Amino acid sequence: MDLSTFFIQTLNAVQYGLLLFLVAAGLTLIFGIMGVINLAHGSFYMMGSYLAFAISPVVSESFGGGLISTLIIGVLIAIVIGYILEWLFYSYLYERDHLQQVLMTYGLILVIEEIRSILVGDDVHGVPIPQWLSASIQLSDVMTYPVYRLFISGVCILLAIAMFLILSKTKLGMMIRAGSVNREMIQSLGVNIKFLYRIVFAMGIAIAALAGMVAAPVSSVYPGMGQGVLIICFVIVVIGGIGSIKGAFIASLLIGFIDTFGKVLLPEVAGVLVYIFMAMILLWKPSGLFKAGS
Amino acid sequence: MKQIKLSLIALTISVASGSVFAQSQPPLKVGMMLPYSGTFAALGNAIDNGFQLYVKEQGGKLAGREITYIKVDDESEPSKATDNINKLIKRDNVDVVIGTVHSGVAMAMAKVAKESGTTLIIPNAGADAITGPMCAKNIFRSSFTNGQPGIAMGEVAAKKGYKTAMTVTWKYAAGEESVKGFKEGFEKGGGKVTKELTLPFPGVEFQALLTEVAAAKPDVVYSFFAGGGAVKFVKDYAAAGLNKTIPLVGPGFLTDGTLEAQGEAAQGMLTALHYGDNLNIKRDNDFRLAYAKQYKLQPDVYAVQGYDAAQMLAVGLNATKGDISKKDEFAKAVRVAKIDSPRGVFTISRAHNPVQDFYLRQVVGKENKIIGVASKSLSDPARGCNMQ
Repeated sequence: MDLSTFFIQTLNAVQYGLLLFLVAAGLTLIFGIMGVINLAHGSFYMMGSYLAFAISPVVSESFGGGLISTLIIGVLIAIVIGYILEWLFYSYLYERDHLQQVLMTYGLILVIEEIRSILVGDDVHGVPIPQWLSASIQLSDVMTYPVYRLFISGVCILLAIAMFLILSKTKLGMMIRAGSVNREMIQSLGVNIKFLYRIVFAMGIAIAALAGMVAAPVSSVYPGMGQGVLIICFVIVVIGGIGSIKGAFIASLLIGFIDTFGKVLLPEVAGVLVYIFMAMILLWKPSGLFKAGS
Repeated sequence: MKQIKLSLIALTISVASGSVFAQSQPPLKVGMMLPYSGTFAALGNAIDNGFQLYVKEQGGKLAGREITYIKVDDESEPSKATDNINKLIKRDNVDVVIGTVHSGVAMAMAKVAKESGTTLIIPNAGADAITGPMCAKNIFRSSFTNGQPGIAMGEVAAKKGYKTAMTVTWKYAAGEESVKGFKEGFEKGGGKVTKELTLPFPGVEFQALLTEVAAAKPDVVYSFFAGGGAVKFVKDYAAAGLNKTIPLVGPGFLTDGTLEAQGEAAQGMLTALHYGDNLNIKRDNDFRLAYAKQYKLQPDVYAVQGYDAAQMLAVGLNATKGDISKKDEFAKAVRVAKIDSPRGVFTISRAHNPVQDFYLRQVVGKENKIIGVASKSLSDPARGCNMQ
């Protein structure tokens, strides 16, 4: 591998890592702070992609706006859906054991897949890249790099900064962190923990959906696309430390590097490298790289 | 008087119908084991539609026997495959099984069918082994082996004068078999596959591999992906600007049923398959019209394979006068038959796989336009099949 190829591969690794963070961030919020194993997280990612596919033509027709307004409207829809789902299903799961959480959220995967099949069908769809982001940058004599991928990275970095600031610098963030440590105590201090959790859950879903929407133009939209990202997200959450945004960020980048360079340098074992890495981290630090709330 | 007349008529009717029943055989039970749900649901339904269309055209009977269908959704789930086909064979006592799309499921089905001796016709799954080491006189295929489109495309690539090629696919059986086929065709024609890139199934993060391609600059890239993976790979390949200097080719599945989603990125791409749009032979035009009338849908390659599975069954049944238990006669008849398929006439090899023309197709708009024949009467090598 010559130097320029190495740099391009590094760029690929960082970009993939950032996209992984975008999906995993919502999962670590819900898993770490509320203690719910949400297997349906991938389905919300898929939901986001299908939302982008379904509403982008409508949005551009009625508002004249493009990608940004699609993202905003999509996130709002996702927040509403997340809020309703928490109220209907997830709010009953906090005190239950993990098996029941796994059963219910797995059931939700099947239901969401079926609803998708009924509403949109089983075909593969594409979402066009907006005109102003459709350019590409010449990297080497034959290879170009689409600007839209840089845009995805930008969105991921913005979101990482925003989440970090909200959780560590605001009163809301303080309440969320406190709630994850001792639910009863914060309740007795007069904080409406039910409402708080509902908001956190809706945010987590909205982030997953946002990831799906942003990724839709490059990943295309197809059935079962959520399951692919679900496993890798759990790996990231576990490596980074359950509930830690900082941990998820660093773990995502590490996985991005291992995956990208693994495929190139060790293609025979590329499929298991990530899991070997996880096992090594857990032997060294059984609860992940960082603590919850950090 | 009137009463007597009526009862007389009733008597004649019952006698007449009785004699008809005495002559004809009981209905033939056809077990349809296909994906009716999940990612491959559309494929399963197309095969089912195609099969039933042929039976309907014959008046609902094959070799004088009524057909009854027993359907099982295989969910494309290999772990449930053995149970599912055993249910059809042992509980429902079907005479013949049609299925399926997923290669892993089909392998399990072939194993069971080989042991029980039940006639099995595979309308899609291309696993090489089924008409290779696992071949049997009661197992047939109406579609292709994974290697076949690869061989055809490899021959074309070599003829076009490409010297070096790289391949990209998922690290799983179908992908590896397809690449092996391409390598065989390409290297026989004087080319050289310089590197075989793979990524774990069903990953869709291709950027690292595309960077490898850009660094190595082969003359051509052959890749096998399906469904969402096919869409994303073709789009990523174009987004990386590689399609301008290094043409991307593949088996037809790379651009079949996915052109809507691939859009601009797929334009001009060459693929090889045993079917395509604008074939423009009478058999195909009639088939497409009948299919569209019956189902209000356009048929695809899967519908054709289902239709031909029914044709192959009909050939065998006609030769045995509807007695499917005569395995040797059934197999002999299918092996010498010329199946008049919408894809063009094909025959069946000694390993029971179609010997057929593979078309070279080019993506133009939303169609895979046939621009020539990539490989004429291409037979599968059928390595490991000892049947003569």
